[in-house]
Amino acid sequence: MAKKVALLQGNEACAHGAVYAGCTFFGGYPITPSTEVAEVMSVELPKIGGAFIQMEDEIAAMASILGGALTGAKAMTATSGPGMSLKQELLGYACIAEIPCVIINVMRGGPSTGMPTGPSQSDVLQARWGTHGDHPAIALAPSSCQEIFSETVRAFNLAEKYRMPVQVVFDEIVGHMRERIEFPEPGELEIIDRTEPTVAPEDYKPYDTQFGDVAPLAAFGSEYRYHVTGLNKAEDGFPTTKAELVDAEQRRQIRKIEDARADIESNEEYQTEDAEVIVLAYGSTARSGRYAVDRLREEGVKAGLFRPITLWPFPEKRVQELAKQTKGIIVPEMNLGQMVLEVERVVARDCAVELIGRVDGEPITPTQIMDKVKEVL
Amino acid sequence: MAERYEVRFSGAGGQGLITAGIILAQAAAIVEGKHAVQSQSYGPEARGGASKSEVIISDAPIDYPKATLVDACLAMTQVAADKYSDTIKAGGLLLLDDDLVKEDPKGDFKIYRMPITNTAKNEIGREIVANVVAMGAMVALTGIVSKEAGEKAVLDRVPEAFKELNQKAYAAGYDKMKALMD
Repeated sequence: MAKKVALLQGNEACAHGAVYAGCTFFGGYPITPSTEVAEVMSVELPKIGGAFIQMEDEIAAMASILGGALTGAKAMTATSGPGMSLKQELLGYACIAEIPCVIINVMRGGPSTGMPTGPSQSDVLQARWGTHGDHPAIALAPSSCQEIFSETVRAFNLAEKYRMPVQVVFDEIVGHMRERIEFPEPGELEIIDRTEPTVAPEDYKPYDTQFGDVAPLAAFGSEYRYHVTGLNKAEDGFPTTKAELVDAEQRRQIRKIEDARADIESNEEYQTEDAEVIVLAYGSTARSGRYAVDRLREEGVKAGLFRPITLWPFPEKRVQELAKQTKGIIVPEMNLGQMVLEVERVVARDCAVELIGRVDGEPITPTQIMDKVKEVL
Repeated sequence: MAERYEVRFSGAGGQGLITAGIILAQAAAIVEGKHAVQSQSYGPEARGGASKSEVIISDAPIDYPKATLVDACLAMTQVAADKYSDTIKAGGLLLLDDDLVKEDPKGDFKIYRMPITNTAKNEIGREIVANVVAMGAMVALTGIVSKEAGEKAVLDRVPEAFKELNQKAYAAGYDKMKALMD
């Protein structure tokens, strides 16, 4: 049978990807340019027995998905700029309490209300460091409607596998543009569910390290009774200030992601083998980058594209390798210099690093990138 | 490199031009199985303001999703005609709504004029289908999808009760444009 196809917006594809991944709870508060994610979830979730709640604000929306996730549901919210700022405190709560959930951020310009209908990529450092305190972060940055679908599925998989919040960040261009989507058949994409406890309820500890760095998570409200807190906690979930316990707990949380980089990192490389200049771009900007690379190659310029699909953890090893074999890395992004800081950090002095920053609500064009490549050569 | 064909629908918010772009993309990407990307830009106002919807059609995957040099442009307001005609490529096509655009923008492109809004209002009976009249005209003007593919895409996207109305609007736009081109 032919696959189901449709012309969908990135935001719509995101919602369908979430349902495919097994999401049964969405708590949200609509905000441009992410609103269509909530719209589609409100239509699709009731059909499968799931629940959609429009909460009173973005903070409550974040709180609702933490509650939903703890009871055993795969849960998601979607927002943009100022809404993402409001969610930061509870995002930190999800980090420390290790609650699996997915947060979609369709970025818009800022700070504050900024430019609701214009594209931006200015939340990419917020995705890493927006909430306070040391914490691991996973953020995925798809660049097409089909990839928004599949990366949303992957976001749920990573959230459930590593017991933590995962952000999918994309810009208004890919969120609102429409492309042909092929719906994967059930079973075609891998679906990962969280590990549930096998011990007896009286032996259960919500942060039990005997199972490794990611402990099984029991459904809250089931026969497994446990304590959830935003305080630093011991393996049994109750607060502690014992130095060695707090230290071990904090380091474990960072380690669980550092040790899993190979599983989490995901990049696309195009014409990088012999590239003298590499364009490092993500989201819609990577599409401009690829177009520019093709044109430059036609002109005989050896350009290539490196596209991190996983922004956090940043693929530092591969970028370090590329820096040693190229003259320069160009980082176009719709902000005034965010991922470029990470590139500079990992590249050190192995090659030139140049930013193309744009914040006027217009996309970075292939011409801008081509001009910069020629400048660097 | 694969050929890109770029179409722009421009006018004011509320004229249904984003929908017109979506229908063209649907005709290309779903009905005809080509590669197509539709995108849009508009102000925060729901109505009024300058609005444009762009469709890129290609026989290969499309990287940059926005227009670079537009092959064919529709303008349904004077503001849009003035603002968006400067990126039409040399020798490209510009279709103006004769009822709403009084002055021809200057540039190296071929201009056609058609009473789009009046056709919808007076011949079809509903001004609201002006965007579908325009869509039919753009299919005829560009030939980028077949007449049948365009019609199927229109019918796929409208509720049952409005199918006949939209079918008529599409046919009127298509036929009038063909007559203008002869």
